[in-house]
Amino acid sequence: MADSPFWMIWPGNAALSALTWFVIAMPFLYAARAPMHGLLRSLGQLAGGPLRLAARALLASANEMRERNRAVLLAQGREETGERLAREFERVAVLVKRDLEGYPALQRKLLDEITRVEEDYRKCGEVPPPPPDWVDAVAAIAKIKPNGNELVQRVLEEINRSIREIHDKTLAEYRRAYQSRHKILDGFMPFWRSLDKTLTQADRKMTSLAERASAIDAQMERYEAIVRKTDKAEHALTVSALTQFCISALVLAVAAGGALINFKLIALPMSEMVGAGDYLTASLRTSEVAALVIIFVEATMGLFLMETLRITHLFPRIHNLPELMRRRMMWASFVLLVILAGIEAALALMRDMLIADKQALLQSLAASQAPVADGWLGAIPTAGQMLLGFILPFALAFVAVPLESFINTARTVGGAALVILARAAAVLLRTAGNAIRQLCKLLITLYDVFIVLPLLAERWVKSARPGALRARRVDLEAGKPS
Amino acid sequence: MRRRAFLVSVPALALAHATGCADPRSHSQAVYLLVDTSGTYAEEIGKAQLIVNYLLGSLQPGDSLAVARVRSRSFSEKDIIAKATFDQRPSQANAQKRAFKERVETFAATARGSANTDITGGLIQGALFLNETGAGRKTILIFSDMQEELDRATIRDFPIDLKDIRVVAVNVVKLKTDNIDPRRYLGRLEVWQKRVEAAGAREWHVINDLEHLDRLLKS
Repeated sequence: MADSPFWMIWPGNAALSALTWFVIAMPFLYAARAPMHGLLRSLGQLAGGPLRLAARALLASANEMRERNRAVLLAQGREETGERLAREFERVAVLVKRDLEGYPALQRKLLDEITRVEEDYRKCGEVPPPPPDWVDAVAAIAKIKPNGNELVQRVLEEINRSIREIHDKTLAEYRRAYQSRHKILDGFMPFWRSLDKTLTQADRKMTSLAERASAIDAQMERYEAIVRKTDKAEHALTVSALTQFCISALVLAVAAGGALINFKLIALPMSEMVGAGDYLTASLRTSEVAALVIIFVEATMGLFLMETLRITHLFPRIHNLPELMRRRMMWASFVLLVILAGIEAALALMRDMLIADKQALLQSLAASQAPVADGWLGAIPTAGQMLLGFILPFALAFVAVPLESFINTARTVGGAALVILARAAAVLLRTAGNAIRQLCKLLITLYDVFIVLPLLAERWVKSARPGALRARRVDLEAGKPS
Repeated sequence: MRRRAFLVSVPALALAHATGCADPRSHSQAVYLLVDTSGTYAEEIGKAQLIVNYLLGSLQPGDSLAVARVRSRSFSEKDIIAKATFDQRPSQANAQKRAFKERVETFAATARGSANTDITGGLIQGALFLNETGAGRKTILIFSDMQEELDRATIRDFPIDLKDIRVVAVNVVKLKTDNIDPRRYLGRLEVWQKRVEAAGAREWHVINDLEHLDRLLKS
């Protein structure tokens, strides 16, 4: 009995106790129905209202961000496409200058060759003069049959001989004429070949120009789409930015691997310069930080070199420097990079020497025999390390290019990701707000279910009133349900 | 390890710049090796040399090492056979280690056994040396059977100070009497543990397998 909970009116009978409490509580709950309903509704609004507001604010922010991202993206795209167009035009200008500059000479050459070909053709058309007209008369006489007259016979023989002579002469003349025409035709060939070559050249140049023109057309189309701010252009730019972002991130990761190898090469020998016992943090030696600083300085020099070469455009101030100053800065960066590369090569050599020294010490401590020197084979790793030490700074210099791409595209990709996040958060908040409001409605209904008996009683009392009966009758007559 | 250092160093560098100071704690290690040369234990000197060689191979530039012998009265600088704080530059540190090794080899070749064993005096001397180095981690290695034997004139029954020092008994061989009654051996070690802990030592260890020494020194 003493173990029974305090609320048990009937000890050992939880159900009866609960029922008793239920019966006792019911009138009080009925009395508190209206304020409880109000309280639950207020609670629902209190929790759901701010959530909905927050969701709306987030959606508005997301839309605003999207608009801003879109504006930035389109501006970037316009600038980039404009630059590409300018470059295409420059290429076309170079082509025109290089190829079409010689066009008048080419045309003159073509005309000359065509004139010569025409002249030759005309010469080919010149046929030898036909045999004299009297030949026909002679031929008619020659057809006269001999009648035995000696004079006639002699005349005919004379005519025959003359005809033969003329025939031979004419035949020879024709042969000569055709020979000379064949010679002229033979002489045509080099001109035809030259003509063909010249025309092929001209065709190639024109094709190249046409290709450039089609590239310009495509860029122009893109540019126009960007200027018109079409969704397609925006989508294309976003996809392009995402691709660039991924590629540059990948290249940067590869570069980080290179930097790690570089760090490994110079961290140990740096302890020979700055000491191995100083620590910046519990696990980070000063020599390691010094090695890292050298790598950073190399990367910075590489960045400046790329900037002054106008390959990257991260620093507008460098980009806008006067030409002379830019060149000086470029040479300064390059010289510093070469010096740092030389230092790295020396450090790589020192690393090898230190490791060899340590190995020798450990072998002497272990009292084992010193290994036999492996001649020039042993020099390969040393040379390889030195070469790596010299090359890696220059390789790191090119990090500036993917870095620029990464920075430029990170804004677009980050902005798009932020918009997606904001929208997702807004949806979540809105769902949570609605869920809370629905929960409060459910609680109100449950509350009414809990006090269903007093509610039924209330309805019965109300319906039993005379006014209510009258009203009900009117409703029934009007066909309304009760 | 190096990769982690590389990744950690970027934010750490910024942090170090922001705070404007380096880590003031000492990260160096100091080891004081007491070598018992009394009685029959003097035969174990070869093993002591191995420990010295191991220590020379594992200690880093900036660390300190001293090797001292335990004789009838060991509270004296004369008993320090070789001591060195290795240079910060690895190449110089290697040269120092070679010289150190030679000094220990010379000692091992000429070592003679002593009549008594003053381990306490050696401990006091070692604590003084280690505290002078200012190292972050201080260790006294006692290469002995831990059987202290003092002459009548030598006074060592007073509390000693081994605060923040790790004491490791190495190669504690069993005496003939220990084999008869192992409680003597265990009791001897227990007495030393209590004494060392009462002196404020950070840790007390007994290592008979030298391979375990590596793990201990790296911790």
